[in-house]
Amino acid sequence: MFWRQLTVLILGLQEFLRMGWLNPPTSINLFSNLSKVKRSGDQDKPRTLPNHPSLIKRTLSPNILAPAVVGVFAIAAWEIFVRVTNMPPYLLPGPILVFQTLISSWGELFPSLLVTLKVTLIAFIIAAISGLLISVLFAQSKWIERSFFPYAVILQTTPIVAIAPLIIMWLKNDTFLALIVCAWIVAFFPIVSNTTLGLNSVDHNLINLFHLYRASRWQTLIYLRLPSAMPYFLGGLKISGGLALIGAVVAEFVAGTGGSQSGLAYQILIASYNLQIPRMFAALFMITLTGVLVFVCLTWLSDFLLREWHESAIKREN
Amino acid sequence: MTPTITLSHINKVYANGTIALQDLNLEIGASQFISLVGPSGCGKSTALRIIAGLGQMSSGQLEWGQGQTPKLAYVFQEAALMPWATVRDNVRLPLTLAKMPKREAMAAVEESIARVGLQGFEKSYPRELSGGMKMRVSIARALVTKPDVLLMDEPFAALDEMTRSRLNSDLLSLWNQLRWTVIFVTHNIYESVYLSQRVVVMADRPGRVVADVIIDEPYPRNEEFRTSIDYNHYCRDVSRHLAEASLKGADRDLPIATL
Repeated sequence: MFWRQLTVLILGLQEFLRMGWLNPPTSINLFSNLSKVKRSGDQDKPRTLPNHPSLIKRTLSPNILAPAVVGVFAIAAWEIFVRVTNMPPYLLPGPILVFQTLISSWGELFPSLLVTLKVTLIAFIIAAISGLLISVLFAQSKWIERSFFPYAVILQTTPIVAIAPLIIMWLKNDTFLALIVCAWIVAFFPIVSNTTLGLNSVDHNLINLFHLYRASRWQTLIYLRLPSAMPYFLGGLKISGGLALIGAVVAEFVAGTGGSQSGLAYQILIASYNLQIPRMFAALFMITLTGVLVFVCLTWLSDFLLREWHESAIKREN
Repeated sequence: MTPTITLSHINKVYANGTIALQDLNLEIGASQFISLVGPSGCGKSTALRIIAGLGQMSSGQLEWGQGQTPKLAYVFQEAALMPWATVRDNVRLPLTLAKMPKREAMAAVEESIARVGLQGFEKSYPRELSGGMKMRVSIARALVTKPDVLLMDEPFAALDEMTRSRLNSDLLSLWNQLRWTVIFVTHNIYESVYLSQRVVVMADRPGRVVADVIIDEPYPRNEEFRTSIDYNHYCRDVSRHLAEASLKGADRDLPIATL
């Protein structure tokens, strides 16, 4: 079962790489660029087109190679340390044992991963939409922003561990919903805060221009403020993606739900009760990997959307 | 038909007490090319913003010849382009905001882009363009509404000399074809004399008009004019007025370096 899913994952990743990775806007530019020189105007600069070096070359680039080497060394050191000191597995299991456990308990762990992932994604999508709407509302009037922004901050700074029991108690008929609410609370603030900043950081000359051409409030929002805020919004999404996962895991810990709807946090909890430490590590590894994947996907999305114009997503030529 | 513009007794005082404009009186004829020249802080940009309706005057009156406000276009010192939009979409912006149907708008956009010589760059993004080309896009965007009055606030100040003189010539030939009223703000004496029929010299603290020099030279003006004795006379005349104004203010608390 594990291997079949692994194959599917690898095939999916390959598809992803083919679409995005092979043509990422922010890969470092080690390789010569094709330059397409256009008709010359005054001080005309040549326009550069992205190049497509081979996958092997990309994999051997320092961006990937350097952290990979560090990772291999760390894992090797960990395994050696465990073997040399004869560390019992219930204190610190070696990476090989963790990997073996991951494979042997895949049948229980994978469904849990899907539950956690479902909570994370739903909460994240709701956070993205609600965050955007709230910041658009804030941008409409300084008074609305002044009146409500502090409460968004309060919601953010209250530790989720402390309010999760309350939310779970209030929504005791629907634990799944409670988990989503908790994850949403953690995830929505970076989006609101970033997007609000973006909506307010519009080029002054462009504001004047819109004023001169008698643009309506709605037109200014659609044609000027939202596009200006786009990089900020996407930056918010990147932070929020990881936070939604953390929120979901924390809430699951507090809820401690079992049965068919149990997520990875519950698996960790149970494994720790039973001193199945290798299994705990395996679940932990899955959560971390999920978080990284969420981040990579969002980074790719951001680079893809901003590739034509924003500094963050543009290749440098020197 | 481009209207005349009459500014009478316009004063502008900022909240901190700075007098940006003191009793500004100007009468600008139809299709006139007029420059406002002066040191920074003399209120020339403020005057332009008031004419554009982007700033409020403290007192005074602004009148348009034909009674109704004409179509205005404004070119800023920075190109002020939307970085996320292509050249075509940037130029189209004023028409988009006016809700003009796409086909009609596109025709006007193509025409405007051709006028500033940017054919072939319709699909480029601003970051792919040089400073001079960005400014051309900005001018194309101003032209696309077929304005009666073109207000330009130091549009070429950030460009190098070669690009600037090229854009100056192109602007003049556009003006010869289209004959809008142009109010051109600059701190460059040579540029103002080369371009305009009339140079209004302003001084700072408080911002006021100190001279009104008529450049009585025929158009089209070419490179020959730029090297002629007459041109030099006009430049000397304008800079004499500027120097006199700043000498009169020499007893102010300015460090010597600025004189």
